[in-house]
Amino acid sequence: MAHFKKPEAGSWTAHLEIGTEPVSYEDSITPAHYELERDAIFKRTWLNVGRVEKLPKRGSYFTKELDAAGTSVVVVRGMDDEVRAFHNICRHRGNKLVWNDFPREETSGVCRQFTCKYHAWRYDLEGKLAFVQQEQEFFDLDKSRYGLKAVQTDIWEGFVFVNLDPDNSTPLREYLGEFAKGIEGYPFHKMTQAHTYRAEIGANWKLFIDAFAEFYHAPILHAGQYVSDEARKIQKYGYEALHYDVDGPHSMVSSWGGIAPPHDRKMVKPIEGALRSGLFGPWEAPDIGLTTEELPPAVNPTRDPRWGMDSFVFFPNFMLLIWRPNWVLTYHYWPTAYNTHVFEATCYFVPPENAFQRLQQELAVVSFKEYGLQDGNTLEATQTMLESRTVGEFPLNDQEVLLRHLHGTARQYVREYQQRTAGAPAAS
Amino acid sequence: MATVFPAEFAALEPFADWAVPTEKARYAKRIASTMDELDAFYDTAFPLLASGTDYLQRVTMADISEEDKHLLWLFCALVTVAFSVEAWRQPKVPDTGAASIDSVVEPAV
Repeated sequence: MAHFKKPEAGSWTAHLEIGTEPVSYEDSITPAHYELERDAIFKRTWLNVGRVEKLPKRGSYFTKELDAAGTSVVVVRGMDDEVRAFHNICRHRGNKLVWNDFPREETSGVCRQFTCKYHAWRYDLEGKLAFVQQEQEFFDLDKSRYGLKAVQTDIWEGFVFVNLDPDNSTPLREYLGEFAKGIEGYPFHKMTQAHTYRAEIGANWKLFIDAFAEFYHAPILHAGQYVSDEARKIQKYGYEALHYDVDGPHSMVSSWGGIAPPHDRKMVKPIEGALRSGLFGPWEAPDIGLTTEELPPAVNPTRDPRWGMDSFVFFPNFMLLIWRPNWVLTYHYWPTAYNTHVFEATCYFVPPENAFQRLQQELAVVSFKEYGLQDGNTLEATQTMLESRTVGEFPLNDQEVLLRHLHGTARQYVREYQQRTAGAPAAS
Repeated sequence: MATVFPAEFAALEPFADWAVPTEKARYAKRIASTMDELDAFYDTAFPLLASGTDYLQRVTMADISEEDKHLLWLFCALVTVAFSVEAWRQPKVPDTGAASIDSVVEPAV
């Protein structure tokens, strides 16, 4: 029995017209396909690399390893307050320009200029080559030709994006489409209390997005998080979303799942009752200047009073979750091989005023981590068995419609890239 | 002898080693502990958390004292330990093998 109304077409999947046939996961287990995704997707789309709060003042910088795009970038706030990104490479001999101790680890800080560790070439924060050690030893060196290689950079609602394709002509806002437009005005800038987690996951990047793009799994995989009678009740009830939608390569699910506190108090664990908080956030929402009813139109798009949270997938690898108790969670999936990726999650809260609020936030963060550990390990189990290729077709249900859309979109990018480059001379 | 926690929470002094400033270290301490150790900590600390709401709401983050900082870290550890005690009945999250998710950025306090 359906608990929530479905579209006239009878199902979300039929409504969004993306097919109902079983799917293949060859796109997640084939090394050659991953190489195509690197070229077709990660070197050509807008990628979110963080928020402006990571660059609080002039000279603030951070580096971002973009393995899937085969580069590292350094993102910096210049003396003119502009945020720019550069390929993290010295123009002299190709050394990585900004790093500490471990060349492959990300770093951040504040500086007046970038100095290469190798021969002390220096660049200002706008990327201009400012100093060459023993310049007279070079041959007609024109310093103006050896600035840092710039990367297209733009900011949407405080989220910093880069696009590694120098020929990209799609502005960030146009790329992010209708969902982003409908989210604008949400007070992300008030949620500056950040907790970031990182994990190395033994699975294709899309498989982890799959895990977080459906909640069909939640009552089963995470059953142990509930009191046992309640776990059985939840399993019987299952999961249905309020609403699904897609816009070009992007998608979203709107859910009742984030209502806090749960209506049924028997589901509440003692620590949750004591702190009035849980996975869905503190039960008392902080003031963000907007009531739930006043949130921007793309948030709780059906204006359902049972609404709890929305989860947006901005293709390819940025997920944005907006929770009813006025906090935000972001996920990023950074591929490192066809069967591995780095997963990052950041919880953003309005800064707590007192120690009790701080503990409420800690409980939400730690709850997320406990669930995430289960999800992450399950993925490795999925990846290894998909790679056995003993089964090649898998059915997806209507609550898994966003998975179908994600894999379809990724395959379409690859297909169109292959068509564009077919017949072109092979790169030397 | 100097105490670690505010006087109202003197009963926590035997568990002062749980006043750990980072989530990563709190989690490491949890999985390095036995269930008996986790239960003992929980059984003492949980009632004080449950009755300490008013006190904790009066502790403002802007001018938090050293004692209150220790208390906050200890209760953060209780949050971490509560999953083992209330849900898993084992120090580790079930079915998580070698998987790890590590805190890389968190508030200073």
